[in-house]
Amino acid sequence: MDKQDFIKHINKHFPDDVIDTTINKEKRVTVDIKPAAILKVSGHLFNELELRFIIASAFHTKKGFEILYHFSDDTEGNIINIHVILPEEKPEVESLANMLSGANWIEREMSELLGITFLNHPEPEKLISEGNWAEGVYPYRKNFK
Amino acid sequence: MANRKIIPVGPYHPLQEEPELFKLYCEGETVKDIKWETGYNHRGIEKLSESKTFEQVFFLVERICGICSTSHPFAYANCMEEIADVEIPDRAKYIRSIIGELERLHSHYLWVGLAGHFLGYNTVFMWAWKYREPILDMFEIISGNRNSYAMFKIGGVRRDVNQNQIDQLRKVMNQIKKKNDLLTGAVMDDPVIHARTKGVGVLTKQDVMDYAAVGPTARASGWKIDIRHDDPYAAYDMVDWNVITAQEGDVFAKAKVRLLENYESIKIIEQCLDKLEQEPEGNTEVKVKEIPEGIGTGHAEAPRGEVFHFVKTDGSNSPVRHKIRAPSYVNIATFKKSCVGQTISDATISLAAVDPCYCCTERMAFAYDHDTGKKIYDGNELVQLSQKKTEEIRKTYKI
Repeated sequence: MDKQDFIKHINKHFPDDVIDTTINKEKRVTVDIKPAAILKVSGHLFNELELRFIIASAFHTKKGFEILYHFSDDTEGNIINIHVILPEEKPEVESLANMLSGANWIEREMSELLGITFLNHPEPEKLISEGNWAEGVYPYRKNFK
Repeated sequence: MANRKIIPVGPYHPLQEEPELFKLYCEGETVKDIKWETGYNHRGIEKLSESKTFEQVFFLVERICGICSTSHPFAYANCMEEIADVEIPDRAKYIRSIIGELERLHSHYLWVGLAGHFLGYNTVFMWAWKYREPILDMFEIISGNRNSYAMFKIGGVRRDVNQNQIDQLRKVMNQIKKKNDLLTGAVMDDPVIHARTKGVGVLTKQDVMDYAAVGPTARASGWKIDIRHDDPYAAYDMVDWNVITAQEGDVFAKAKVRLLENYESIKIIEQCLDKLEQEPEGNTEVKVKEIPEGIGTGHAEAPRGEVFHFVKTDGSNSPVRHKIRAPSYVNIATFKKSCVGQTISDATISLAAVDPCYCCTERMAFAYDHDTGKKIYDGNELVQLSQKKTEEIRKTYKI
């Protein structure tokens, strides 16, 4: 699907959930959505539009915890970034891992590195620091004070 | 359930080149479940990247993986050039593609050799690694290094390829073509290899889509995805080549895809060499003075599949966030599908079939306390922790 068509499509299907859409470059689109809608928007991209889940990138900013879920439209070569901002005091978002096994590890990794909680994750165990990491220490968090 | 036994493979095991722990949950000879424990190799590269300048990051990401040391700089360069909005000269594009395909050739030979070794075919191992040597020699001739070639920079490549090197590359490609015929024949026509690999470790197209697998692992299950074709970069849309796929999804299909991809790589290199001769020498880069604020997503097709880099910049000379996704990160997770239901002896080749690369998958070395900034573990302590854990596992399993 062409990127302009994609933007129309996503605005039409999720008028209450999409906050903003940006065309970053020729083949790159970012869609800002409400965190509560992540499961249904991602489910639509994966099941209906058959986009490939690449990975998610999380980072800590002054706005809170931001996650970009990267999807690839391999027929067009477009990368679609679904962007959510989680509040600093309660970084929680629904897990995609029940629908999409490829999200299982990265959600566990984001949880360990940034302390984001993924609700209803099927396997909420540590991935990279099992048994050898201090509890409550999140190395990728930043101190903005 | 009563007779379920756990067979640990790792953290240090002669089967694996790198430390990792697979727990095979077996009933009799059959693997019923599999769990993967890691963290032994995590070096903090994503975090380290935030303390480097954009140019220094090339040398850092090149050291993520020794086997595909150009794949990460390739994806990173694509990412940064997207942020800077730069178009590199054609000569640089051809050189990048040549380096990328030479790497694919040597990596696929390395895998075929290792797969042969796991199956007890040490002749295949010796042959494949012998044929890989001239490719590594070519890297040395072009870049000065057999590994970690340091060829890429934002806006182009660091070194040109001269006429003498073009002639030598042509000679090596002619040799490799014959050797590839020999090796492909040896693997494709051997009834014992068929018996050991056909119908073993099968992944359906639905499985690979669900686990978001990439590269030969996905293509061997009939999913035609290849970043070089889908979102062309460097010179891949300027030459003629085909995406290789297979339908069966078993270990044999994965071997077939890799062996046939070698021919495509040779085809790409030869066409790039022809075009390189028509380009003026020395036109290998455009100057990039500053990187603006923004986000970039760059990907490249490594031998194992798509390498993905995400960089967020703020107008300074270092990344604010650098996320790296190596292909093994998504491919290794498919073990849950490919190994369950196999016998223990087949599980090992199923594990090896995705060509797992653990040093790509993990990236952390230091832990700091968030509030005090005090170091909790340093590299040595982490090594000691790792060794201690091995001892504990040994005691648990009474080995």
